[in-house]
Amino acid sequence: MFAIFKKELRSYFINAIGYVYVGVFLAAAALLCCYTTLGQKSYDTSSYFQMLNFAFIVLIPLLTMKLFSEEKKLRTEQLLMTAPVSVWGMVLGKFFAAFALFLGTVVVSCVNFIPLYSYGQKESLDNPYAVSHIGPVTSEIVICLLGIILIGAAFISIGLFISSLTENQLAAAVATIAVIFTLLVLDMANQYIDVYAIRYVLSWICVISRFSNFTVGILDYSSILYYLSITGVFILLTVRVYDKRRWG
Amino acid sequence: MIKIEHLVKNYGSNCAVDDISFEIKKGEIVGLLGPNGAGKSTTMNILTGYLSSTSGSVTVAGLEVLDHPLEVKKHIGYLPEQPPLYLDMTVEEYLGFNYDLKGCKLNKTKHLEEICELVKIKDVYKRVIKNLSKGYRQRVGIAQALIGNPEVIIFDEPTVGLDPKQIIEVRNLLRNLGRDHTVILSTHILQEVQAVCDRIIIINKGKIVADEKTENITRAVENNRRFNVKICGPQKEVLSMLRSKPGIVMVEPLSQRDGDAYSYLIESEVGVDIRKSLFYSLAEKSWPLVGLEAMGMSIEDIFIAIVDQSSQKSRYEKKNNRTRTRSAEQEYARSALKKTDKKDDGQYSALFGDDDSSKKR
Repeated sequence: MFAIFKKELRSYFINAIGYVYVGVFLAAAALLCCYTTLGQKSYDTSSYFQMLNFAFIVLIPLLTMKLFSEEKKLRTEQLLMTAPVSVWGMVLGKFFAAFALFLGTVVVSCVNFIPLYSYGQKESLDNPYAVSHIGPVTSEIVICLLGIILIGAAFISIGLFISSLTENQLAAAVATIAVIFTLLVLDMANQYIDVYAIRYVLSWICVISRFSNFTVGILDYSSILYYLSITGVFILLTVRVYDKRRWG
Repeated sequence: MIKIEHLVKNYGSNCAVDDISFEIKKGEIVGLLGPNGAGKSTTMNILTGYLSSTSGSVTVAGLEVLDHPLEVKKHIGYLPEQPPLYLDMTVEEYLGFNYDLKGCKLNKTKHLEEICELVKIKDVYKRVIKNLSKGYRQRVGIAQALIGNPEVIIFDEPTVGLDPKQIIEVRNLLRNLGRDHTVILSTHILQEVQAVCDRIIIINKGKIVADEKTENITRAVENNRRFNVKICGPQKEVLSMLRSKPGIVMVEPLSQRDGDAYSYLIESEVGVDIRKSLFYSLAEKSWPLVGLEAMGMSIEDIFIAIVDQSSQKSRYEKKNNRTRTRSAEQEYARSALKKTDKKDDGQYSALFGDDDSSKKR
């Protein structure tokens, strides 16, 4: 499993795709942060994180589209399947490679908060008698980061699964974009629906509406469980795809 | 080392492998031979654990492939039909990845160096695989299969796309490997099997149609009594002379003509060397003999004969089966099974022995 993890991680940077992903992610994060906080003269990071979710629509497929589809096209999956590595090892190795790169960029993108903190520090020094806290709220940011990371993991596992279904990278990318987009905007349909039950289900499934608790600093266990379950289910499905191919 | 028993693989309603059984001992080099779509690659894929079987059992080194897939895979080095290369890696990175993937315990630099030396890819070691020629790619694929010194090496058409010199090198390599590895080779190049393998298994339409030692096949090839002769002289008279000559069982004029010389295909009786007496009798008539070429039954002829025979047989069986009742069918299956048990001693001796009926034409 570790060999596959290493190979995948390295292959991101042998190809341009890793650099494209990191570059676009960091640029998008910086722009969003600039626009939602500094541009609005606000320390509130919640809309930054909400917007970042939408950036995932294009970013995550970049990471996942080639994971399996390329192997299938080059017939290298035969190498992995006949090597002494279990299907679980293969799938998890790939998942964690994509996840590690994602995690790395999320961590690096935290530099965006440095100007917020330095402004906050300056402003609170200027107003020593302010009643409320001036500056970004660290606990909110940490919880949002946790939420973002979990959402990323869920989206990566979805992309991983879609990639295992096709040998065409482009098809995998487009399908992943479609699925992630749907999961994000599902509750926007709510304004047109009168039936409560449907509205409830839609916002239950929708990733963004679940995320809103995080943005106000609530560590929502049910959402954490939801994101983790999506991750687990799609990894399991990917394993099943390979098992089925062997038995089919 | 390898034991396959009643292996069946169905793709939907399409039967790719139909009740194959054979056993391969340690240190044997076995050639799997067959026309396209015969089930060679499927058999190999099942053997390496890439595909599962519909029924039947496959054991490698005493371990059942389905029950201990990881253990079995450690014993096998596999080069699929299309070498599984990551084109954007260098040879060094690729082999290093395979080394890690197989969880190899040998000294890494030394082991990889040895393998590169063996398949002669040292000069491209630092180059990106994308930029290598087909022959080098194939060799990198072979190197990949050798990593970790597996006991069983399985090659699916290893010499496809190589130049003649490389083909000879790869064959030598295979022969060397056969000294301390068990090698299974699939190919449709017949000379290759003849040159490399100890044993040949011919598969057609998912069934084993022949399982013979290479010597037997070679004997059949060498045991030729057919010649293509070129004689200067009036065609009709030469023909009647040849026909009346004792020791010759068949004469056939060929359409080739070379100046005033005509070509004939002749076949002698079993155990008679016709060449000398033919020369003297032609000299008597002063018809110069300008060409004499042995036309032994080539390995291709044997192969085609076996495959044709098996196709005909299966067609015949199918026709009969349609009219059979169910119980009769079972009866038939039982007797067919008995037949396969006895197969080793004689079903194909007709083809490989000296018997006259072996001739195709």
